[in-house]
Amino acid sequence: MKLTIGCLYPDLLNLYGDRGNMRCLVKRLEWRGIGAAEAPVMAGERVDFNEMDIVILGGGSDREEELAGRYLREQREAVREYVENGGVMLAVCGGYQLLGEYYETNDRLVEGLGILDVRTRWEPRRLVHNIVLESPLSGEPVVGFENHGGRTDIGGHKPFGRVVCGYGNTETSGYEGVVYKNVIATYLHGPLLPKNPQVCDYLLGKALRRRFGESIRLGSLPDELEHRANGSMVKRCRSRRFWL
Amino acid sequence: MTDVTAAEGSVVSDMEWQREIRRRLAVWCARQAAGWIRRLGRGDGMTLPGSIARKIDPDILTELAQMVREKILVTTGTNGKTTTNHLLAHILEAEGKKVVINGTGANMLNGVTAAFVLAAGRGRLDADYACIEVDENASAEVFARLRPDLVLITNLSRDQLDRYGEVDLVCARLKEAMEAAPCAGLIVNADDPAVCSLSLQCRNPVTGYGIEEKITGESSCRGVRESLFCRRCGGRLEYSFFQYGHLGMYRCPSCAFRRPKPRYGARRISFDRDGCSFETEGIRLHCGTQDPCQIYNTLSAYAVLRAAGAPVEGFGEALEDFDYGNGRERVFRIGAARVQLYLAKNPVGFQQKLSLLGRDPASKDMVVEINDGEQDGRDVSWLWDVDFGCLKETGVVRIVTTGTRRDDMGLRLKYEDIPSTAVPAQDLPGVLKELTVRGTGNLYVIVNYSGLYPMRDMLERLETEGEEINETDDRLFIP
Repeated sequence: MKLTIGCLYPDLLNLYGDRGNMRCLVKRLEWRGIGAAEAPVMAGERVDFNEMDIVILGGGSDREEELAGRYLREQREAVREYVENGGVMLAVCGGYQLLGEYYETNDRLVEGLGILDVRTRWEPRRLVHNIVLESPLSGEPVVGFENHGGRTDIGGHKPFGRVVCGYGNTETSGYEGVVYKNVIATYLHGPLLPKNPQVCDYLLGKALRRRFGESIRLGSLPDELEHRANGSMVKRCRSRRFWL
Repeated sequence: MTDVTAAEGSVVSDMEWQREIRRRLAVWCARQAAGWIRRLGRGDGMTLPGSIARKIDPDILTELAQMVREKILVTTGTNGKTTTNHLLAHILEAEGKKVVINGTGANMLNGVTAAFVLAAGRGRLDADYACIEVDENASAEVFARLRPDLVLITNLSRDQLDRYGEVDLVCARLKEAMEAAPCAGLIVNADDPAVCSLSLQCRNPVTGYGIEEKITGESSCRGVRESLFCRRCGGRLEYSFFQYGHLGMYRCPSCAFRRPKPRYGARRISFDRDGCSFETEGIRLHCGTQDPCQIYNTLSAYAVLRAAGAPVEGFGEALEDFDYGNGRERVFRIGAARVQLYLAKNPVGFQQKLSLLGRDPASKDMVVEINDGEQDGRDVSWLWDVDFGCLKETGVVRIVTTGTRRDDMGLRLKYEDIPSTAVPAQDLPGVLKELTVRGTGNLYVIVNYSGLYPMRDMLERLETEGEEINETDDRLFIP
């Protein structure tokens, strides 16, 4: 058994240690004796979505995201088909915004891929905070770090989680991210997956069952360190003295 | 001061007299505050005195800076600010110049102001040069008041994204800062495409420095790279080689952007047991460290001093006794063990420290302290931008993680299949002692910013205690 994990434009979209997400997916397969092939798609290259079991779409600076957006809009239909057919995807921050209808700043409107029915408006005050969510995808709280100027309206979509501490999609919505089919789109850096192994295993399970059939079960791994790192952030965020 | 001017027979206007009084009062109050902070043992506090001085006299920085007789030299950029700034001051002082420096690394507006205020007696400054390091975020407000003669930009890479934002935002801020200092000469690292394209957008006269040949051989230690795309046309830059990070010999295949030929180039680089040496303008310079970053720092200091018209005849000699570790990154002897303390606060810096560790063939133990205090940045995701995989081939026997984010660090290592032990702060002295007694005798301690001084003090204490007693007892080491 082997899964192919595609990372879109890691040379452009690599902010915030998000390559840790790739690392986490690969290692958690390897530790279970399942093969993992990393398939980085560099700027300018076309993505072969048939080959992909999981696709990671990260964030970059505005300039880099614009370049990445340019490449991806050329393959809009392929991305849509992949997502609609249950392809597994993790989109973080800029990648989340790019999946939506548009990203609007004071002086321009950047068209998204229109795969999610979400809209993002830029505001000068950035939302920078450690963040804790309760999510149906994870038995333990989901922890991460957010740093975004965008405020995202997720329309009728199902959120990734309810905000326990931090901001989320907007200051006031109380929810964070979107889960659509097998796509998780979120603002959470940290990187997201290492400290939230259940979210990682959720994605791996989806991808394995999609490729090898519904009977596949993921074995458990010794995750004491993951739980400790997760738990200490949850504890700090819940204590009032912790202000950021 | 009024007496002196009166004696000279000139008429002192009320305005000038008032300014003089205000400035003296600001200096006096700030010095009192600094004195109290020191007496109360709150470190060498610089921020509060600077803030007090500015409250009393908002123009104080500009007024004092104008009293600098020769040049005001500013250093900014992601890595190498403190070392380069100290090096500049060290060389100038060796030439007999009087120098004002913000030596403690307080590099925001208040810290810079405090450096001037605390160096000024009775509201007057007696200095030939000012060597000032400035935080990239504070550059615009500092440059507008300081009016530097030369600005050095060392390099730009990601650093504390929650505070600074990505490199593009830092570039925009520095560009704004250079607009506030239109007359300043700009000294830039030609090997850094981000710095170089920034300099092309500024109207200031630009001088470049760079390394003309490949110095590092370790391609195993890589980590994340950025600024790989041309900021002019968006094309992917082609490199004939990388030094480290994104520094190297680059050109854009789709437009004219390329590494400019630097005015001050380093050639014929060689490493020896005591450090490394290189040649520029026909002069051979020797640095007492094997750290490749220090070639850049040394070369940049040379370029700045040449551009400032300062004397450089004694440069090579003054280098001989320069402490590149700034009293912080140094070797401690604890019992029979050698302990090297390193500071690493962003991915490029951390990667460099790991590759230095890799140069040491002996087996070793390691302590990594990662905190997320305000000075460190609240977010530690950057640990995932560092390639720790290279540690597997460097003979590391045991790794201990500590600090508020020790579990994040442990988790990072776990995902390279490298085991580590997490130790809370209160157990650290005991663990350090144990590692020095029963470990490999070769310990590397890597900390990010807020842990640096406490760790240095702890190691110093262990060092002196180790000299005093042979029979050791755990309880002695509890701070």
